[in-house]
Amino acid sequence: MSQVELTLFLESAVRLGIPLALAAMGETITERSGVINIGLEGSIIAGALGGALGALAFEGAGLGVMSGAMAGMLVGLVFAAFAIGLGADQIITGTAVTIGGLGMTGAIYQARFGATGTELSLPTLAPVAIPVLSEIPLVGSALFAQAPTAYFAYLMAPIAWYLLFKTAWGLELRATGEAPAAAEAAGVRVRLVRLVATLFGGAMAGIAGAHLALAHAGTFAENMSAGKGFIAIAVVVLGRWNPILVLFAALFFGAASALQFFLQALAFALAYQIFLAIPNMQTLAALAGWVGKSRAPAALALPWEPHR
Amino acid sequence: MSAGIAPARAREAALLGLGAVTLTLGAGSVLLLLGGYDPAAAGAAMLRGSVGSWNTFVSITLVRSVPLLFAGLAVALAFRAGVWNIGAEGQLYAGAVGGVWVALTFTGLPSPLLVPAVLVASGLAGGLWALVPTLMRLRLGIGEVITTILMNFVGIYMAAWMVHGPLQEQRGVFPQTDRIIEAARLPALIPGTRLHIGFGLALVIAAVLAVMLRRSRFGFQIRAVGASPEAAAVAGRINPARVVFISFLASGAIAGLAGGAEVSGLTYALYEDLSDGWGYTAIAVALLGGLRPGGVVVTAIFFGALQAGAGAMQRDAGIPSAWVDVVEALVILAVLGLDRVRAARAATSTVEGGA
Repeated sequence: MSQVELTLFLESAVRLGIPLALAAMGETITERSGVINIGLEGSIIAGALGGALGALAFEGAGLGVMSGAMAGMLVGLVFAAFAIGLGADQIITGTAVTIGGLGMTGAIYQARFGATGTELSLPTLAPVAIPVLSEIPLVGSALFAQAPTAYFAYLMAPIAWYLLFKTAWGLELRATGEAPAAAEAAGVRVRLVRLVATLFGGAMAGIAGAHLALAHAGTFAENMSAGKGFIAIAVVVLGRWNPILVLFAALFFGAASALQFFLQALAFALAYQIFLAIPNMQTLAALAGWVGKSRAPAALALPWEPHR
Repeated sequence: MSAGIAPARAREAALLGLGAVTLTLGAGSVLLLLGGYDPAAAGAAMLRGSVGSWNTFVSITLVRSVPLLFAGLAVALAFRAGVWNIGAEGQLYAGAVGGVWVALTFTGLPSPLLVPAVLVASGLAGGLWALVPTLMRLRLGIGEVITTILMNFVGIYMAAWMVHGPLQEQRGVFPQTDRIIEAARLPALIPGTRLHIGFGLALVIAAVLAVMLRRSRFGFQIRAVGASPEAAAVAGRINPARVVFISFLASGAIAGLAGGAEVSGLTYALYEDLSDGWGYTAIAVALLGGLRPGGVVVTAIFFGALQAGAGAMQRDAGIPSAWVDVVEALVILAVLGLDRVRAARAATSTVEGGA
């Protein structure tokens, strides 16, 4: 691989890893509170459509990202209403939210742009090169000449880590996920903490979706989330529920996906469909190889009823 | 956990289902109104397209219900055993590939051998697809929710690769296989209609599952493990791993039959987008059916009618077909919501009764 190729590879690795990083970081916080949100995929696709419609309406990609976050959070709210409010099974609720999110965005898109779907062209989220940093040899342009959402992800990783492990709020959140009965006895409002953590996760997944539409594709397509929500949930496991490790795990996945492009370019004639399946197979393999060493929050996926 | 969504009595399950359908119709109408559509016109188109005539009902609604019936039974069996098999979609595609491969390869066999061979192959392929998440759960302790979903994507892409590559039609023009020979096709169940014996086979499986769950020792073990693996192991001296292994693979095999019956009974070839998310719809089917084989038969036909009606809705009332997915999601949420309300009321009445 020549220097130019390597730079291109690293650049696409980061670009492909960022949406996973954003969604997985949000899900990390959600899962730390004891809630597993399989509906992440629904938040991502809602964020993509919300981002696209917002960018069109406000004629700017920045406000598009905000709309994407709102749309993702709205889907998170539907999930929370059933899984936290009513204490319904989190896996089934999440599955319904994913089906509904994919269906609803498809219906809105078809209603607005016709069943065949005219090719949208959106105001895009252009890369911003950070002076000095982007001139570091090799990794500089890959890491620091990206869309603003990438910098948001870099910033969120240490912030989320700090909140989670160094603040009283983070302690309450983790207690809620590990021992909700003890947390309640100590005066923590378990369901409120879980609601906030789930809405945060929904918003982050919405930003991931907006990144897909505005920074990545420059358009919206039905089902464009293509299973990234589920891969992000696996990335949380691989990153051991630690926001900083999760960022690295997501970038590693981005690199693995980017590598396929290059293998293909280097005349490893791999069928296109196999190539599409590789991220999913990688995730399975990575789970098989890694997961034994990590431990999920003890109360993950268990509904909570407050005791009066 | 599964005990919470499988009501103890059939009558309760039926009431819950009816309530969920009513809620869904209400919520769906409001959403359609918000979207600027006429719910009455949508409803009329839906009824016409699903139960408008005997032939519509048999050749469209019942035919559409066949894969939902197989996959719904697969999901119900898994959920009863506490196995979160969200992977029916991938298992269905694996079954379709396995079935069509046998149908295209063993063309010398006579029909009475070839048809069963096609179905057995699709069941084996579906079971094989479930084997990966089964072993990951039992050997490595990795939850099956994510792994089955990931296997869905792998299955869909694998089938797509097959029709672009190894199994593509000989002309090499379209992404599909050659049509399978007459001897490999499922005969009609009702002559003169498109309804094939796959429907009958699914009903037989439903009956076997119903008897097995209620009357057999293994059925008891499934229900015990589904309610609590620890309690089943301690009190019932049941080996939960064995129960999970068998029911997970059986679930995969039944979902595989959905794909095999579809290609050998209806399409006679494998296409890229064979399934319209039926493996996910199956979750709604199973839940609405109260995770009971008999209930699943009713709800699979109901969802078959929804899918048949959705086509008419799009043609006659201009409503995007993606609305069907929204309706599915609403059904699942309505079942979950009503079930929680039921559980809360049951808890209250117990407390009052005890006081």
